[in-house]
Amino acid sequence: MKKIQIVCSFIMLSLVCSTISFAADTIKIGALFSVTGPASFLGGPERNTAQMVVDEINKAGGVKGRKLELIVYDTAGDATKAVQLATKLIKNDKVVAIVGPSTSGESMAVIPVAEKEHIPLVSCAASIKITEPVKKWVFKTAQNDALAVAKIYEHLQKIKQTNVAILTVSDGFGSSGREQLKAQAEKHGIKILSDDTYGPKDTDMTAQLTKIRGSQAQAVIVWGTNPGPAIIAKNARQLGIKTPLYMSHGVSSKKFIELAGDASEGLRLPSGRALVADMLPKSDPQKKSLLSFLKDYQNHFKAEADTFGGHAWDAVMLVKNAIEKGGDSPAAIRDQLEKTRNFSGISGIFNFSESDHAGLTKDAFVMIEIKNKDWMIVK
Amino acid sequence: MQFDQVLQYALSGLSTGAIYALIGIGFSIIYNATGIINFAQGEFVMLGGMLTLFFLELLKVPIWGAIPCAIAVSTVAGLLFERLAIRPLRQPTPINLVIITIGGSILIRGLAMLLWGKDTHALPPFSGDEPIAIGGATILPQHLWILGITIVIIAINKFYFYHTISGKAMRACAYNRRAAGLVGIDVRRMVLFSFIISSAMGAVAGIIVAPLTMVAYDMGVMLGLKGFCAAIIGGMSSGIATVVGGLLLGVLESLGAGLISSGYKDAIAFIILLLLLFLRPQGLFGKPESERV
Repeated sequence: MKKIQIVCSFIMLSLVCSTISFAADTIKIGALFSVTGPASFLGGPERNTAQMVVDEINKAGGVKGRKLELIVYDTAGDATKAVQLATKLIKNDKVVAIVGPSTSGESMAVIPVAEKEHIPLVSCAASIKITEPVKKWVFKTAQNDALAVAKIYEHLQKIKQTNVAILTVSDGFGSSGREQLKAQAEKHGIKILSDDTYGPKDTDMTAQLTKIRGSQAQAVIVWGTNPGPAIIAKNARQLGIKTPLYMSHGVSSKKFIELAGDASEGLRLPSGRALVADMLPKSDPQKKSLLSFLKDYQNHFKAEADTFGGHAWDAVMLVKNAIEKGGDSPAAIRDQLEKTRNFSGISGIFNFSESDHAGLTKDAFVMIEIKNKDWMIVK
Repeated sequence: MQFDQVLQYALSGLSTGAIYALIGIGFSIIYNATGIINFAQGEFVMLGGMLTLFFLELLKVPIWGAIPCAIAVSTVAGLLFERLAIRPLRQPTPINLVIITIGGSILIRGLAMLLWGKDTHALPPFSGDEPIAIGGATILPQHLWILGITIVIIAINKFYFYHTISGKAMRACAYNRRAAGLVGIDVRRMVLFSFIISSAMGAVAGIIVAPLTMVAYDMGVMLGLKGFCAAIIGGMSSGIATVVGGLLLGVLESLGAGLISSGYKDAIAFIILLLLLFLRPQGLFGKPESERV
């Protein structure tokens, strides 16, 4: 009996020792994603992607010969939990940087922790409030709504369809889009002729569209996430509305085409380049990153990658590049992140600076059109 | 304000209203047989839609086979719901029963989410999706299916309740359960029947609207509430009054969204519901109930 005990404790001891020596060699990066819960459509692909990128980096020899270790916690979309887990990552796991959280609400909650503990945070959420005003330790990789609006308006201005009708969903995504659409209209010489909303659970939007049909609008901008915009596309087809429909980047997935069916034909929307990676010209600086991301994801998970996973790809790669240049202390990582220029990621080309921790411009989006149930770049 | 605009509002409203009517009748059938308001009615609508999709996409059954299968499975679900959740109740006070139906609806929704995920899915329309023009307004062939099937179902209902023995027995239960029991009507069986009928009707409603509204595990919540609203306007009658209630609600919603403001679309429906409950709790067409002492 005693022998077994000794053997056991010896094994335990050696295990403990080995983990300690192992830990000393790796660089620990923390990750907070809402893998479960209402935002799992973001957190799921983000977790997969982050793990995949770290594995690929380690396979290729790590960073300066040292392996990266990703410690992922699931926040379940809960801001309180996100704060607790962020503290755990910093205090217990001693990570040098944190990627995530997935949603804007969680990110806003975690920011004070990162600021207080002086740990760089690279959020994967979209809200403009995360990096405006600039916080010393906080960066983000997802595109703002404001950039998507600017992209649509710029396009409309170019084709001289400046009288628009907007139809937005009455939830957080829609109201933020509506705010931006109204705020930026004047700057781009756009006139909003009618401003309508619909409920996230509404099943028929013909009334709103009939009203829009009666106005002089040259284009209709719909701001929502599935399934609303798909129903609107079908309703517009039923009503025989010839006015071109513009969607938000909220529907930039194959799911939308599947839901709207034939009614999706000819719709235009701003989207990240991931959807049209193989159609990009060779000269596009993002093409290489995009293709390797899409291929790796397909190999690892036997599923098609989406733009959400791309936010995590960008976050991990940005941190990795920063470590490569400046070493693994949190302060050095932060300084190097801020110095990032012309980093071609999945969501766009990042140029961080002291006054800009979001790093993207409206060129992070391309206007795409749905043709034959597939995406086409609008020239 | 052009005429064809108003016509379009009216037509859109009528076709949405027909769905509300169908769901509303499901509410009133159970209410009349048992005195309870079955808040799980919306979930049977969802089950109809989701099961059709399940048979169609996963089991590769053709659409004309998938629909009867979906109705059958939803009906069995309604039957089980009555047997397992409603009947075993020791003290069937109305408030207990209502809470049980709310619990049941959450359970059914949760199971559907676990089984089929949270994604929204599209179902193909029954006969193409080329719009049909009616005097400047347009509707889809699916709208005609909805109106047609609603009319057929209401006719069948009418026949069942007024010209068959079991239908008359169910009405007897509605008037006076005790007396019905005394003349030899098996009241518990009638309650079971009412659940079977209304879950089947809910499923049919879900199937015929699915090509327009798409299906998701939580589609039943709002549709159920609107159906309930229709039943209240109709004074919880299982006949024409509820149908009129549903159509009225649909048209008012659509006109409200078009002419007043789309932001207030749901508010309009619920303001009507509240006003009716305050001013005419017996329904728009009903006579005030008087209780003999």
